[in-house]
Amino acid sequence: MSRYAGNARSIAALVREAEVHRDVYVDPEIFGLEMEHLFPNSWVYVGHASQLAKPGDFITATIGRQPVLASRHSDGSIHIFYNRCPHKGVKIASEPCGNTGKFFRCPYHAWSFKTDGSLLAIPLKKGYEGTGFADTEANEGLSRIKNVVIYRGFIFARLNETGVSFEDYFGQSLSTIDNMVDRSPEGRLEVVAAPIRYLHTCNWKMLVENQTDTCHPMVAHESSAGTAVKVWKREQGDSTETPMAVQLYGPFMSPYEFYEQSGIRIWPNGHGHTGVANSIHSNYADVGGYLDQMIAAYGERRAHEILGEVRHNTVYFPNVMVKGAVQILRNFIPIAVDKTLVESWVYRLVGAPDKLYERALMYNRFINAPTSIVGHDDLEMYERAQEGLKSNGNQWVNLRRLYARDEQPDVTAVINGTSERQMRNQFHTWAKFMTMDMDKHVEAAE
Amino acid sequence: MIDEKAVTDFIYREAELLDTMQWQSWLDLFHPEGRYWMPLEWQQQDPVLQPSLMYEDLLLLKVRVERLAGERTFSQKPKSRCHHLLQAPQIVACDTAAGVFKARTSYIYTETRGDMLERYSGWASHDFVQVGDALKIKLKRVDLINFDAPFGNIQLFM
Repeated sequence: MSRYAGNARSIAALVREAEVHRDVYVDPEIFGLEMEHLFPNSWVYVGHASQLAKPGDFITATIGRQPVLASRHSDGSIHIFYNRCPHKGVKIASEPCGNTGKFFRCPYHAWSFKTDGSLLAIPLKKGYEGTGFADTEANEGLSRIKNVVIYRGFIFARLNETGVSFEDYFGQSLSTIDNMVDRSPEGRLEVVAAPIRYLHTCNWKMLVENQTDTCHPMVAHESSAGTAVKVWKREQGDSTETPMAVQLYGPFMSPYEFYEQSGIRIWPNGHGHTGVANSIHSNYADVGGYLDQMIAAYGERRAHEILGEVRHNTVYFPNVMVKGAVQILRNFIPIAVDKTLVESWVYRLVGAPDKLYERALMYNRFINAPTSIVGHDDLEMYERAQEGLKSNGNQWVNLRRLYARDEQPDVTAVINGTSERQMRNQFHTWAKFMTMDMDKHVEAAE
Repeated sequence: MIDEKAVTDFIYREAELLDTMQWQSWLDLFHPEGRYWMPLEWQQQDPVLQPSLMYEDLLLLKVRVERLAGERTFSQKPKSRCHHLLQAPQIVACDTAAGVFKARTSYIYTETRGDMLERYSGWASHDFVQVGDALKIKLKRVDLINFDAPFGNIQLFM
């Protein structure tokens, strides 16, 4: 029985001012509607332009659950297509990345397409003469996604033809991407390796929420970060230098007061970040030569400004988190209502010392890998939530921490760093983007 | 005198220690400068500037072992158990004069927790150093056949 399809009101009713109904995490119908409405209405991260360095380079990805294919055309332009042959629907590319040469060729019947998606050739073409083929969608080649924006190398796409513009959607939140790119003395990032992939048996939104949840590290990660701090204290002997590993683990155990003062900044459309005044990434050891490179590239004042902005986690609604200070992007890819694939990418700062890339890779495997003890702590909590939310005793999830009665949605504000307001911000946006192309159905039904 | 049988026996003994959860005895098999490495690329060369699943020194391995027993380690309630099924190790080098001892062992590894059971296949490469009469692990490298697939939690040691 369908409770939510075509019923914008019932979906909006799942999000109260400071609570959300458990169905947003556990109901398969809601998940289906997210794929049908939320993801196509949103600007979703597809990949990085450095993965498409040369003509013919391609990557595959998903937007929601839609398989897509991005390619670099001979004129340098980047195009994104639905990853299926217009003939029988066979996926054109099945590898995560590669170079297809001058054209894509479907492996089933050898239909071929230029790297801008247009139809190049079909074997025995004359068999289509006089059949009306020229008037079909298939004759246009690979179905192209029209709304694509590449912002400082980051490729985003919106599946729906109409909707909120890229600029209005992200607004000032792009400042986190700016800061990450500016950390390269050449102002360039590059992807040089595959991401760490980690399968989560929980709803994708639990992961997104956790990115700005500053009241869990000292509790849930006592087992990992807390043990790391304890073991180091015991084993350090007369060592005066804190190993990079301990520098990365240690700050997770910062007290509530630290997170309170470090602050959270929220932006319209569900974006926001932790670590405004400072963050858990603020006190890493300097990497020799890097500051000098930055000063040479940007000047003294600007270099310090860039490196002084040490944000913690920035959520790009709906399903991406960026850490500028360690050049990591986590993509929370929805697979099913209770299954999420997390791909954690590390970008290399072009022109910066290798030590920074080494640190970013270390951070990624400590925190975001299936072999990561911090990851084990988090996944255990998500799995328990996915199970616990089946309970009918209380069907609401409480997001009321530091809620003010006069709280306004869709504003820019800097607030106490232990607030759950960014989660409320996300769910306000969730309801909006779930239903923005649904209203006409409701009116039609009335 | 360390011969090929000593190398093989060491590898069987290591698997036994892991399967019986004698974590401290397992840590004692490592040289103080030893490393445990799980690459994330096929025939990966560099553990530092290429991404890995794990590349840990003894300090970090101690953290893992101590965490497993922690009162607030909720991902170990209930506890995980593991099983190593090893093929006979292939001796790559056994040269007492040069102090070089290397072996490669094909394995199937099973990790279980509660009602979940996961299987992994791959190769373990051991690089030993001789300390007194004994071998110590300089590098244990664990290559999974599907290193590039997304896994759930892997909490113990392959």
